[in-house]
Amino acid sequence: MEKSIKRYFPIFLGPTFAAFIIGFIVPFLMGVYLSFCDFRTVTDAKWVGVSNYVKAFQDPEFFHSFLFTTVFTVVTVVLINVLAFTVALVLTREIRGTNLFRTVFFMPNLIGGIVLGYIWLLIFNGILSHYDLALRISTRWGFWGLVILLCWQQIGYMMIIYIAGLQAIPTSLNEAAEIDGAGWWQRLIHVTIPNMMPSITICTFLTLTNGFKLFDQNLSLTAGEPLNTTEGIALNIYRTFYGRVGYEGVGQAKAVVFFVLVVALGLIQLRATRSKEVQQ
Amino acid sequence: MKRKAKGGWFATILFTLVSILYVSPIFIVLMNSFKKKTYISRQPFLLPNEKSFVGFENYITAIEKYGFLKAVGVNLLLTVGSVVVILICTSMFAWYITRVNNKVTRGLYLLCIFSMVVPFQMVMFTLAKVTDTLKLGTPWGLIIIYLGFGAGLAVFMFCGFVKSIPIEIEEAAMIDGCSPIRTFFSVVLPIMKPTYISVGILETMWIWNDFLLPYLTLDRGKYQNIPMVIQMMQGSYGRVDMGAIMACLLMAVIPIIVFYLSCQKYIIKGVAAGAVKG
Repeated sequence: MEKSIKRYFPIFLGPTFAAFIIGFIVPFLMGVYLSFCDFRTVTDAKWVGVSNYVKAFQDPEFFHSFLFTTVFTVVTVVLINVLAFTVALVLTREIRGTNLFRTVFFMPNLIGGIVLGYIWLLIFNGILSHYDLALRISTRWGFWGLVILLCWQQIGYMMIIYIAGLQAIPTSLNEAAEIDGAGWWQRLIHVTIPNMMPSITICTFLTLTNGFKLFDQNLSLTAGEPLNTTEGIALNIYRTFYGRVGYEGVGQAKAVVFFVLVVALGLIQLRATRSKEVQQ
Repeated sequence: MKRKAKGGWFATILFTLVSILYVSPIFIVLMNSFKKKTYISRQPFLLPNEKSFVGFENYITAIEKYGFLKAVGVNLLLTVGSVVVILICTSMFAWYITRVNNKVTRGLYLLCIFSMVVPFQMVMFTLAKVTDTLKLGTPWGLIIIYLGFGAGLAVFMFCGFVKSIPIEIEEAAMIDGCSPIRTFFSVVLPIMKPTYISVGILETMWIWNDFLLPYLTLDRGKYQNIPMVIQMMQGSYGRVDMGAIMACLLMAVIPIIVFYLSCQKYIIKGVAAGAVKG
């Protein structure tokens, strides 16, 4: 059968592969190459070696945005996962209205980052105005505003994954533990959580990369203000490209650093949590 | 061993309160979309009263002055067009690389996985240049870009499913004289229906809300999608028309909620399936 299919590769592979080359491979390779060049419009690229990378690492704002993103990611990964897991635990028990609650909690996830950002900007400014503050003049509230927004958006998504995980655990495991005299807390620690490791792996991976790649929400809620102190890496890279003429090469170098970071983080995280998974 | 949880009523009450809090942002926007613009930032949490109520004025401004309906059209064209193209092309791609097993197809599979991890900032500048050079800065052209950029996740999910289809069914069809194309469309495609729905939903969620890719690649003077219109209204310095923004935000949210409530079952399944494969 393989042989007869093989001849049809232009029809089966052609369209996707062509689009893949235009939409991904060419821009990616060009991006890597241009990070070593000085350029304004791609066609005038001149090879300058690693000087873009040197400039990128010497940029204090890039370093600050990296710190901001790191702290932000750690806070949101912990908050979102703990809250989503807790909600999932409650909503898989026999209480009234679980289906309605699931529907409500998942809903914000479908709304795009730009729209979400402006909805919350209105709300935060409405609250903060009572204290003569505004979201975009306060670094601290900008940070927590983003945290609240991301929690609101993503808890529902992670909850769905955790609920699917919880429902896949055979009830006999918990029953056996209960007969052996294990209390609620002991069952959670020794039965539920070890069996949930695949879901936990996925959810931490997703929240980790979402936190790192945060862009739309950052742009619409704080836009980096005040004075770029609430700017994450993705937004900093964007501003380097489009906000400062002559820094396109540096922007591209930052983007490569960002890419390497995201890949490394993903790999480390997957390895770390996969090793804790148990086979059923 | 099903039983009522202890303190079930307490959880229900608590979650009801949290749920109300959860949807309140949408209601606040709804409320404000009927207020005069000067009242919105001053008292966002009050219901419209005689002084601040303006009826549908904000909606009319949003549609007439900011071209919101045209943006909805761009969004629809981009989302429906891209998702249909992605579903057909990537499922064929995935079936081929799973059934023909050699170094090339294994390489293609790894390339797809790789493309899922790459952050958009890595390629955004060069991608904008490529689309500009190839004159793809229209909603029709962007469909190609979305096919290239969305292929990773779609191929990955389809491959996972194709592996679970017994090959005997396809062999039987081929022995009966079906060409590979006919086999794919009349045998494989119907079996994969659940995966089509899952992938379709994940890609729809992404493309409908996408901001940066269309912002950088579309010909901004001619075409704007919904997030672009909203960003432009708020991002322009000077006088920001809060009223029209509220109307736009609400009109952006409503189709999503309708879509969600009408295919909730599939959406939640799609998300869970996408995650398990991940």
